[in-house]
Amino acid sequence: MLEIQDLQVSYGQIKAIKGISLSVPDKSIVTLIGANGAGKTTLLRTISGLIKSKSGSIKIAGEEITSCPAHEIVKRGIAQSPEGRMIFSNLTVQENLKMGAYLRKDHANISKDLDYVFNIFPRLKERISQAGGTLSGGEQQMLAIGRSLMSKPRLLLLDEPSLGIAPILVRTIFEKIVEINKNLGVTVLLVEQNARMALAIAHRGYVIETGKIVLEGEARDLAENEEVKKAYLGSG
Amino acid sequence: MKPQFTFLLVFAALAALSFTMGAVDPYYLTVIIFIGINITMATSLNLINGFTGQFSLGHAGFMGVGAYIAAIISTYLTTHGMSSDGVSGILVLAASLLGGGLFAALTGLAVGIPSLRLKGDYLAIVTLGFNEIIRVIIQNVDFKIAGTHYVGGARGFAVPQLSTFLWVYGIALVVVYFVENVIHSTYGRGFLAVRDDEVAAEAMGINSTRFKVKAFVIGAFFAGIGGGLFAHYIQYITPDNFTFLKSIEIVVMVILGGMGSTYGVILAAIILTILPEALREFSDYRMIIYSLLLIILMISRPQGLFGNASIKKFLAKWKTGTATN
Ligand SMILES: Nc1ncnc2c1ncn2[C@@H]1O[C@H](COP(=O)(O)OP(=O)(O)OP(=O)(O)O)[C@@H](O)[C@H]1O
Ligand SMILES: [Mg+2]
Repeated sequence: MLEIQDLQVSYGQIKAIKGISLSVPDKSIVTLIGANGAGKTTLLRTISGLIKSKSGSIKIAGEEITSCPAHEIVKRGIAQSPEGRMIFSNLTVQENLKMGAYLRKDHANISKDLDYVFNIFPRLKERISQAGGTLSGGEQQMLAIGRSLMSKPRLLLLDEPSLGIAPILVRTIFEKIVEINKNLGVTVLLVEQNARMALAIAHRGYVIETGKIVLEGEARDLAENEEVKKAYLGSG
Repeated sequence: MKPQFTFLLVFAALAALSFTMGAVDPYYLTVIIFIGINITMATSLNLINGFTGQFSLGHAGFMGVGAYIAAIISTYLTTHGMSSDGVSGILVLAASLLGGGLFAALTGLAVGIPSLRLKGDYLAIVTLGFNEIIRVIIQNVDFKIAGTHYVGGARGFAVPQLSTFLWVYGIALVVVYFVENVIHSTYGRGFLAVRDDEVAAEAMGINSTRFKVKAFVIGAFFAGIGGGLFAHYIQYITPDNFTFLKSIEIVVMVILGGMGSTYGVILAAIILTILPEALREFSDYRMIIYSLLLIILMISRPQGLFGNASIKKFLAKWKTGTATN
């Protein structure tokens, strides 16, 4: 589904991504774990066209998207639930969700998908006409994920969906991610600091350190890896 | 009620009202006309500043472009065999307003594209500069066709009187109807999304650059038409009608009305047009009182007269409020 070759991204003089290659197979969940400032958000934003890469290539389903603007990339079926959520604070929950479906032409199916989102996150339904900016942090996170689903993506990019969320809710959100992957066949690239949870639901994993991939493999194997345990799982 | 139906109803009411305007004292009529033009100006600026979140301080520049181009067209037509009365007069004004609007829209495109990299204060400064450039250009243009002066530089430009109550309010109605409909359409939510969070809007598949340019072009188009109406009402325009002070006046209407609330902005346009007139008896102190009142209004309603609430919510609240009394 997603193929990245030797990608480099800089912010002025700062090299944030220093040659990354990774691949996300169709209908799988792949997780990318790494410490603060490793370049995870930068990578996701580059994939969705919000940042321009310096060199390298990004392909989705074989098609080169490296130099496409963000709104073109959404059309190719990539949706992002951004870090910091980026909710439209003056729009209501429902309007936010509809924003996610902005490019869709099949208007008839939109309300069905709206129901699907409300089904996964009943809390959003209760708050349907509340302004996005007044939701709690966790509710905003649900809204961001729901909104990204509304574009009916083939590939979902999730940037730290567990950030700032109560542990009990984190579990629910991860269950929902699995559900979306299984039931809707959406491919997921999941960026996480909560490595334990991420590796538990992912098929494959990559570990990124200061702009480079330092480890990759089956999620199961990574979870057993001594270095990963020490650095990211808080035991060893 | 269907919006198209409301539109027709309001238009019919305006048409009926227009017959009574002959009996209105000319001074009051002028104030009424200026209110209508200011509604057009403020509502169109609201699309740029309020709904799309771009801070433009150059709206009077677009107004000036529209005013002068429209005046050139009508002067040319009326000195080349077209009468300014009856049906012919209607055609002359329609052609002039359209020409003025389109030219202003082109100017909007020219200003909009390079300005889009700029945000907030920087954009405000650039648009303010544009406003002054327009004024200086007009000040230095003067030409003659077949013995008639056009533009007239700093001296001013005599324009045939063609704008009427129905024209001014009919167009204000069209602008309000258009902006309200666009903003509440699925497509138009793009403007609001760009205002709220540009990056997130891009991530939803919205081409934020295109929306920003569109807001500028549409806003400028209507401002140009407003300028055309103005010129053909007061019959004599000079570059001083379109300084940045006029731009600021319109911006104040938008801010006081509550950035992004069409009905609040209309109310603000009405109040801020009447207020300086009502204060005339205070002569020298007029502007001081005006400014003081503005400050008081802003402090008491920092979110604008209506804020983000729609007229419906406002009326609903008002009704429940009176019901409990
Ligand atoms: N706009 C920017 N300008 C300059 N440097 C930036 C910018 N955004 C990110 N960086 C730098 O790029 C590096 C990677 O940042 P990035 O946000 O991708 O990290 P991350 O892995 O997502 O971290 P976290 O887990 O804390 O979210 C960091 O060193 C950061 O300081
Ligand atoms: Mg990050």
